[in-house]
Amino acid sequence: MLVEEEKIRQQLVERFGLPAEKITVQRERRIWADIPAANFGEVFDYAVDKLGFVILATITGLDEGPTLGAIYHIARESGIMLNLHISVPKDKPVIKTVSARFPAADAYERELVDLLGMQVEGLPPGNRYPLPDGWPAGQYPLRKDWKSDTIGKTEVTENA
Amino acid sequence: MPERDVKLTIGPQHPMLKEPESFLLTLRGEKITDMTVRLGYNHRGIEKACEQRTYIQDMYLVERVCGICSHSHSTCFIQAVEEIAGLQVPKRGLYIRTLVAELERVHSHLLWLGVAGHEIGFDTLLMYSWRDRELVMDILAIISGNRVNYGMNTIGGVKRDITPDQIPQILTAIDTLEERTKYYIQVGTEEITLRERLSGVGKLSKEDAMRLGAAGPTMRASGVNRDTRRDDPYGAYGELTFDVITDDHCDVYGRTLVRLGELMQSYKLIRQIVRSLPAGPIAVKAPRKIPAGQAISRYEAPRGEDVHYVKANGSDKPERVKLRAPTLANVQVVAHMLKDGYLADTPIVIAAIDPCFSCTDRAIATTNLDDGRKDRMVWPALRTYSIEWYSKQGINFTELNRKLRTMRESN
Repeated sequence: MLVEEEKIRQQLVERFGLPAEKITVQRERRIWADIPAANFGEVFDYAVDKLGFVILATITGLDEGPTLGAIYHIARESGIMLNLHISVPKDKPVIKTVSARFPAADAYERELVDLLGMQVEGLPPGNRYPLPDGWPAGQYPLRKDWKSDTIGKTEVTENA
Repeated sequence: MPERDVKLTIGPQHPMLKEPESFLLTLRGEKITDMTVRLGYNHRGIEKACEQRTYIQDMYLVERVCGICSHSHSTCFIQAVEEIAGLQVPKRGLYIRTLVAELERVHSHLLWLGVAGHEIGFDTLLMYSWRDRELVMDILAIISGNRVNYGMNTIGGVKRDITPDQIPQILTAIDTLEERTKYYIQVGTEEITLRERLSGVGKLSKEDAMRLGAAGPTMRASGVNRDTRRDDPYGAYGELTFDVITDDHCDVYGRTLVRLGELMQSYKLIRQIVRSLPAGPIAVKAPRKIPAGQAISRYEAPRGEDVHYVKANGSDKPERVKLRAPTLANVQVVAHMLKDGYLADTPIVIAAIDPCFSCTDRAIATTNLDDGRKDRMVWPALRTYSIEWYSKQGINFTELNRKLRTMRESN
């Protein structure tokens, strides 16, 4: 039980010198890793290319108070899912796109932009998603301080 | 004269579409050279709404993400909640959940078969398959009391048991449906018109299916052998035997064969479940407050994989709920499939991923036709507007509402 999961955990710890307690095996087929945003690119590439996590299930955005979080849920064909969590400061919430490798990430990353106000570097130009074109600037519905009646009090500007 | 590119917008409201979404096609003659998609017209703010409601309320809300795979979404959500709370769902509960899941797949795939028939002008197939679909709808109604939005789930198990007299009813319906599906497979493989119309349409190679992250039958019809039920088993799937259906046609024809094959597997699963239904309780009691933690839940819905992330903060309301429906994964895939195809194939290519544009939002954007001014209506304003509008038509619910309120207060 959990042999393969523990092996993956060990590989991540050793290769990137990550603190062992930041990577946890929750149960069969579920690994959670809390990694510094600066390391994200190399850990992500390693997990996809070398550890075989070739499926991007989705990206979850989180409002964590002073920081915004993103969890990349990637999976192996055999069912093991690795959940890579990073945090970036709310006043400079910049992450790098993974859409070059996973084209489907385009929609997931646009959700982070529209709903949480993240800035995704390298995201190709395209239609916004999922909010309407006339949605007021600076209104991020999934931020914790945002309430659904906020929108009624905001002046609407086109193509904000 | 050289041919010029023509831009054609389809949607958000268009007779071809069953749900609001917008496609901007670039055409050279009859050929599509490029396409962009605009989604979000169905965004209802469900993820935000989940944070403001209790877990039990969320279960009902999430069940309404989709009108067809309602059980898929509610199961996917509560699996995550149960994992965080450390609840062990009794085996009988898991089996009943899985039974409803497979009945739902049968209803969804037969619905798709009819829609596909309709999109290619083969309305006899629509009439036949939707007539047969009534059998599974009746079974769902017998089990749950509802044709859709069954409300079978509860955190910790299921709400309704399967009674001994329901089992022969289920088996009889499944026998008939299996016979009918065999006939559709025969139609699919022998009927030249159908085969010729669907073959080579909406091509998607195996490499592209994997690269673009296609989901569900769309992916499996391009030869990608993945199915969450087998690869990351949940419910009772770990104890049941079934085959993952794949096909190498890589086109709409292949997607049809995969769904027909999956119907046969669903009948096999349903028989196994009702014949080996374990005895015992159907649910365990769940706490109102869920301890802090997080979980990710995966579920093979009829259209592909549902992925739900839940973060709990120790209260009775979740900190964050993230939902991903399979259509979002298949959108890029549609754009790719339409490219270099013919305009006339657009309806069936889009229909072939079995799209379901279910997302989030409660705000309604309006444009004033007189001065073109953009405005936004929030829910209470929209409600007031509708009450006033109906009053002008002579329909007034004020008195009825007052009576209802009095009745509620006196209780």
